[in-house]
Amino acid sequence: MSFASTAMAGFGSDSCRPAAKPLSIGLGTSRASGLERHGRSAIVLEETLSATMAAAQTGDAEAYRTLLRDCMPVIAAAARSKGVRGEAVEDVVQETLMTVHRARGSYDPARPFLPWLRAIAQRRAIDALRRDGRRPREVDDPIAYEAHPDDGLPEAGQGLEAREREARLAQAVAALPRGQRQAVEQLGLREHSLAEASALTGRSTGALKVNLHRALKTLRAALAKDREDGHV
Amino acid sequence: MSDGRLDTLVDQLTADLKPVRRLAAPSLRALAWFCLLPALCLVLMPFADWHAMVERLHVPDLCVAAIGAVLTSLCAAIAAFQTSVPGRSRLWALLPLPSLALWIGASSLGCLRAWIAPDSNIADAAEMRGCLYFLLGFSLPLSVLLVVMLRRAAPMRPNLTAALAGLAAAGAAAALLVPFHPHDATASDLAMHALAVCLIIGLNGLAGGRLLDRGA
Repeated sequence: MSFASTAMAGFGSDSCRPAAKPLSIGLGTSRASGLERHGRSAIVLEETLSATMAAAQTGDAEAYRTLLRDCMPVIAAAARSKGVRGEAVEDVVQETLMTVHRARGSYDPARPFLPWLRAIAQRRAIDALRRDGRRPREVDDPIAYEAHPDDGLPEAGQGLEAREREARLAQAVAALPRGQRQAVEQLGLREHSLAEASALTGRSTGALKVNLHRALKTLRAALAKDREDGHV
Repeated sequence: MSDGRLDTLVDQLTADLKPVRRLAAPSLRALAWFCLLPALCLVLMPFADWHAMVERLHVPDLCVAAIGAVLTSLCAAIAAFQTSVPGRSRLWALLPLPSLALWIGASSLGCLRAWIAPDSNIADAAEMRGCLYFLLGFSLPLSVLLVVMLRRAAPMRPNLTAALAGLAAAGAAAALLVPFHPHDATASDLAMHALAVCLIIGLNGLAGGRLLDRGA
């Protein structure tokens, strides 16, 4: 099993869990520590994929094989997030891998790998949806309704994007100045009251409020920039 | 995701894998293309009316319009190469807008020329047709070269990238036209230039977009 496969262990079991909700600041203590753990694993995954692609560019076939296999769940998750369902997901994975092969020279190892891969996967997913949209479809066929998987249930790979969002948030929180980080950790992540947070940090409640306000503003800006860059 | 079809594909893609040369940074590739402009200028130098060109460049709006065309060409080329790489922000497409505004704004001043300076050397229909053919004639090879270079990456928004390539080629052709422009800018002249630029961008967006889409 490759490193990335290990990093994404439990990927398949995600399909049995409810889809992860978007992160909010009101997270509990266990959620906060989970966020840090997932954040680290996603960062390591990103670095590993980037290094593997760099090796593949030099002609390392084994590294390339590992990379292509590790890309499959990421591509499938990107396709599902665009609304591709059923067997069409596999078609998107196949076409994305072929595009990755053709365009592998355009990847710059100095930049993150996942936004590069996800941009290709999303484009191929849109292509698949357009092709599918051109086909006539029977919308009141009861057998088709029975046979079609319930779109309300989470699909394998849905947890992956949530983990990446958590990783981005963990990074953004870690980059905050000390006072702001303390305010987010005590008031937002651990859900302490202002008085408790004040006793724990030795800061006045007013200072904590100001720091939390500034931290949220900084986080909003940082995450909006990530979204714009295609990270989230 | 361990289907036999995907396993076979992975086997095919990894068999006889050769090292691949990494593409240079998009801005560097844009600069490489843009270097064609001075090279073409050198080639065309013997045919140009340099004395008249220097005189025309002393007119502020014509000079600013020429600078705007050059800057638009460079910025649009950079934006085209940036958007040709997967994962790069589509906001790169906004890069040529300030210089495009400068180019259009300065060129539009020419519309007033016939009223402000009635003695201006105004183009006749044949000269304006010549301008149109010149712009189209030089934009075509510049666009083809640009599309060939862009196909080496994998444009995920092929129409946007191709339209930016068209703008780059049109700006470059307009800049090359400066030494050959035998008359001052007027509203009709500007309309002819705008028509040529729109044609170039439109043709690139349609034909180039398809070519880039097949390449990706």
